[in-house]
Amino acid sequence: MESLTSAPTIALRKTALNAVHRHLGAKMVNFGGWDMPVEYPSTGGLVAEHKAVRGSVGVFDVSHMGDIRIHTNRAPGGALAAVQHISMNDASKLAIGQAHYSALLYQQGTFVDDVIVHRLGEDDYLLVINAGTREKDIDWVRSNTKNFDCVVEELSDAYTQLAIQGPRAIDVVQKLTDANLSGLKNYWFTHGTVCGLKNTLIARTGYTGEDGFEIYVPSDQATSEAAWNKVMEAGKEFGIIPCGLGARNTLRLESKMALYGHEISDTINVFEASLDRYCKFDKGDFIGRAALEQTKAKGIRRTLVGLEMVDRGIARDEYRCLSEAGEPIGVVTSGSPSPTLCKNIALAYVPPAMAELGTIIYVEIRSQKVKAQVVPTPFYKRAKKAAVPQSAKIS
Amino acid sequence: MAYPAQYRYTKQHEWIDLKGDVATVGITDYAQHELGDVVFVELPKSGAKVSAGKSFGTVESVKAVSEIFAPISGEVVETNGDLEKTPEKINTDPHGAAWLIKVKLSDPKEVSALMDTAAYEAFIASAGKDAHA
Repeated sequence: MESLTSAPTIALRKTALNAVHRHLGAKMVNFGGWDMPVEYPSTGGLVAEHKAVRGSVGVFDVSHMGDIRIHTNRAPGGALAAVQHISMNDASKLAIGQAHYSALLYQQGTFVDDVIVHRLGEDDYLLVINAGTREKDIDWVRSNTKNFDCVVEELSDAYTQLAIQGPRAIDVVQKLTDANLSGLKNYWFTHGTVCGLKNTLIARTGYTGEDGFEIYVPSDQATSEAAWNKVMEAGKEFGIIPCGLGARNTLRLESKMALYGHEISDTINVFEASLDRYCKFDKGDFIGRAALEQTKAKGIRRTLVGLEMVDRGIARDEYRCLSEAGEPIGVVTSGSPSPTLCKNIALAYVPPAMAELGTIIYVEIRSQKVKAQVVPTPFYKRAKKAAVPQSAKIS
Repeated sequence: MAYPAQYRYTKQHEWIDLKGDVATVGITDYAQHELGDVVFVELPKSGAKVSAGKSFGTVESVKAVSEIFAPISGEVVETNGDLEKTPEKINTDPHGAAWLIKVKLSDPKEVSALMDTAAYEAFIASAGKDAHA
């Protein structure tokens, strides 16, 4: 047996919870230069972790994510103007305590990174960025905001970020905080005492397609480990288990959430990635806008589709997509068995003419042409909770 | 999980159980641990030729694709068809019910190049130390 997907060993960065993961017997991998848990075999492994998040609750260490704060300098408005200039969504629409999905773009309308923008205060924003692109993002943000009257601070190493995800995440986190979480809408955040830590950022965000929260606690090892242990203890009655990057990937793939270096990159533009609903042309100028307006007029050469394997085989990242005649027509960006659907699914770039639902596309798997079909995405969507619980309606 | 005393092993974590001139081939408990939840197996058909050290099939977990290398050369005389429907057996019974193929040896001398159980156990113990250093 020889793995085709292992990475060379280099000096890796560690989160404050590294010793916890190793103590739990996690299988560790190099993810964007970080030594991160991919799965925890002792508590069931990837599939059990995936199912815990869909069915109840799981916890992820996502401290490798980066954080950039952009805030006001001498006069209010400078930070907002900077954020508007460097990101494609309309940050002027954010209320204090609200967050949204956005992206940093190059002039040509391709991706520096995708980000979650949080409005912390009057003219105060927090951008949560990807681990693998941290240094690049910081440099890019600094150089592209230098003409704005704002302060750019990197806070990546200040926080241990825990993602508590799943339908019972609210029950777990509510046990640990005085903040009222049921009043917190999706993509909103608040500050409260969590695990005894005052003024902790609690956001109703995540990367799993499930309800959940992300909490940002001080990154020293003792505080981080204490917070992790309290989350595990509070989650015990709901069957919480630690979850690694393996489950994080299958969960986000089922929900068609983009991963940098896969669905989005410095060569893929916003329209190709079908993320234009987060790109607000009416907000004024921003980096990448002019190129994207041309793209809009000219049309795109490839588009992101969801595939489901029809014949036996698993499409994997970077496998080629072929026509019936065997001509290369595109590429798989992410492919995996789906633990929720028990099907083999993938996201792929193909020509727009091949993107219609039901179109047969072939994936090249070890020199074989294996049949797949274009299907609706997201592959999985969680059921919306009724505003009033069923039992309350009856009584 | 114990490593059967009569088996012989490779550094790529395959085992063989030799009976006469037919070797049953599988992957070891160590290998299935490294892979995680096995979801897919691709094996050669009966009659196919395999060569020592060359890939003869693929085992996939949710996360990873791994090639399986033939410990010995010969002709495939039987394939474990049950694994197509129940690949997860590789996780639960890698040294038994989840054998992969049976091979009629073309060169029985190749067996002497494989590790015995004690040597394989020492090999994975040192591999484990490297991985966790």
